[in-house]
Amino acid sequence: MEILVCIKRVPDAAENEFELNPAGNDINREDLVYSVNEWDNYAVEEAIQMVDDLGGRVTVVTVGDDDDEEILRREMAMGADNGVLLADDAFKGSDGQGLAAILKAEIGQGDYDLILTGAQADEGAGQVGGMLAAMLDLPYASLVNKIEILDGKTIRVGREIEGGSQEINEIQLPCVLSIQTGINDPRYVGIRGIRKVAKVDIPKKSAADLGLDPAGMGEAGAKTRRVDYFVPDAGGGAEMLEGSTEEIVETLIEKLKANGGL
Amino acid sequence: MTQIFAYIPFKNGSADDIALEYPSAAEKIDAGAGVTAVVTGAGPDLDGVANELTQVYSQVLKIDHGALSYPNAEIVRKALLKVLPADAIILFPHDTFGMDLAPGLSVKMDAAYAADIVDVEGIEGTTLKTVRQELGGAVSTHAAVDLSAGAVMTVRPGAFAPVDAATAQGCVMDKSAEVGDLTAPRKFIEVVEAETGDVDITKSDILVSVGRGIEDEENIEMAEELAAAMGGVVSCSRPIVDAKWMEKSRQVGTSGQTVKPKVYMAMGISGSFQHMGGVKGNPFIVAVNKNPKAPIFQVAEVGILEDILEFMPELSEKIEEMSG
Ligand SMILES: Cc1cc2nc3c(=O)[nH]c(=O)nc-3n(C[C@H](O)[C@H](O)[C@H](O)COP(=O)(O)OP(=O)(O)OC[C@H]3O[C@@H](n4cnc5c(N)ncnc54)[C@H](O)[C@@H]3O)c2cc1C
Repeated sequence: MEILVCIKRVPDAAENEFELNPAGNDINREDLVYSVNEWDNYAVEEAIQMVDDLGGRVTVVTVGDDDDEEILRREMAMGADNGVLLADDAFKGSDGQGLAAILKAEIGQGDYDLILTGAQADEGAGQVGGMLAAMLDLPYASLVNKIEILDGKTIRVGREIEGGSQEINEIQLPCVLSIQTGINDPRYVGIRGIRKVAKVDIPKKSAADLGLDPAGMGEAGAKTRRVDYFVPDAGGGAEMLEGSTEEIVETLIEKLKANGGL
Repeated sequence: MTQIFAYIPFKNGSADDIALEYPSAAEKIDAGAGVTAVVTGAGPDLDGVANELTQVYSQVLKIDHGALSYPNAEIVRKALLKVLPADAIILFPHDTFGMDLAPGLSVKMDAAYAADIVDVEGIEGTTLKTVRQELGGAVSTHAAVDLSAGAVMTVRPGAFAPVDAATAQGCVMDKSAEVGDLTAPRKFIEVVEAETGDVDITKSDILVSVGRGIEDEENIEMAEELAAAMGGVVSCSRPIVDAKWMEKSRQVGTSGQTVKPKVYMAMGISGSFQHMGGVKGNPFIVAVNKNPKAPIFQVAEVGILEDILEFMPELSEKIEEMSG
């Protein structure tokens, strides 16, 4: 099995308080804590387990810049065999379709049986996997929480649907799947693992290397563009209780009594 | 003139709630546009839903085909491509079906894609200004969508006001003859229903719900104590189930349980829409979170900026003292 996993470095929503930058056109990115998109870790773990069982290789790829090399190394420390960084100023401002087109060009340079993405990333769109599949004319299933290899050509996948039910499908390889959290238990990556891959060569490919014409890529080619960010007012809806913990507990108890909670 | 299509999923013979929400979204996209409901399926269930929808939509486009008896996204996409005009705007719910189908359709239509729209703020020329959220709801953004070659959009369920049924007297257009071959390399096998657990969280009036802020499996005991003191049960957000700290049957949200308690204590939960999508019936929501910008504070009744690991034991103790 040759497996490609598309990954992304994202601001960690649980670790950061987001503020706008002074110009108001972006979030303040200084001092943000970044990590690998949560869903991608499950995708990489799934790929590693499949290759452990069946043989083959796992390649991780990201579209980004030099800062993003760190997540390729992290996933390689987890057990991915190769990393590839797709970086070019022309890629900046790409929408989902633009990103999928860049990834498609990289996939065309390899020979993959299976392509995985996370179900969604920081933008919450959940779009790149499905777009990539359509561009490659390959079958697709999203929100996959179970993969079973039936034979060299067919796999059985479970998709998570509403209410926690699972939709079972059979799909022909090669195909593209987006992976949902909970499918496995992503392994822990220690400092030692990271150190081991610190010096591994990670190829960096530009638009030209991928045979892509920079004109019409990135923001210029995007049909959907983010115009600005805004942060809703803190406590927009809630009455924020203030004071010492003791005072807060007392006020809360009164409110719970009044609302059927005690 | 723009033509807006709204894809209506249905189950057991009745249309998804979003059928009543799309008209408000369409109105905001282009008040002058005609809105056509699209239903695909097979047999009498489909006919029933199509007829029901004529009370909401002036036109209902129906595709009846054996291959569509289960909504396999790859097959539905193929059918839609045969009947939609090249520059159509088509809406799907941003749910597990919409996420499966819509991105690929946008590529095949060579149209713009806009995901998880929560609001629309007007159109300038052919550019539509939409509102969406990122980072689990922590920040909002405006996104400009170029409609000139059509667009595929997913609409967040519950984000647009539902309209009243029985406002239209529409007609059904049968497009079944136009779809031709509908085979795909992805074959639907079956749906496996979720397992039920030891505790039914949907039956409790009081839920102490823990999220990733609980940090460690052992700390769940604190929530158990608080729930016991309050006479409720413990539920959780998804990461707790993913970590295998609690059973799936305790998960609140769109891919978990829908609950309707009187009081919902959100402890260390950020408040993503997939989580809050499972909290119905307007409960009294108390959110305890150490991040003042947590989106849960937008929807909670009462917000408390504290560390749950310190706050929960204090609260439990005080309640026990009171009743003790
Ligand atoms: C298709 C799909 C379906 C999904 N279905 C569901 C679903 O059914 N249910 C669900 O819950 N999620 C679901 N999700 C996941 C959802 O998008 C979020 O990732 C998830 O709800 C986040 O859970 P959380 O709020 O517990 O964690 P986080 O978003 O990580 O939030 C943790 C919060 O705890 C706070 N915190 C941390 N430590 C402390 C402390 N000591 N004291 C106080 N506060 C603290 C942090 O400030 C943060 O706000 C789904 C996602 C997808 C893509």
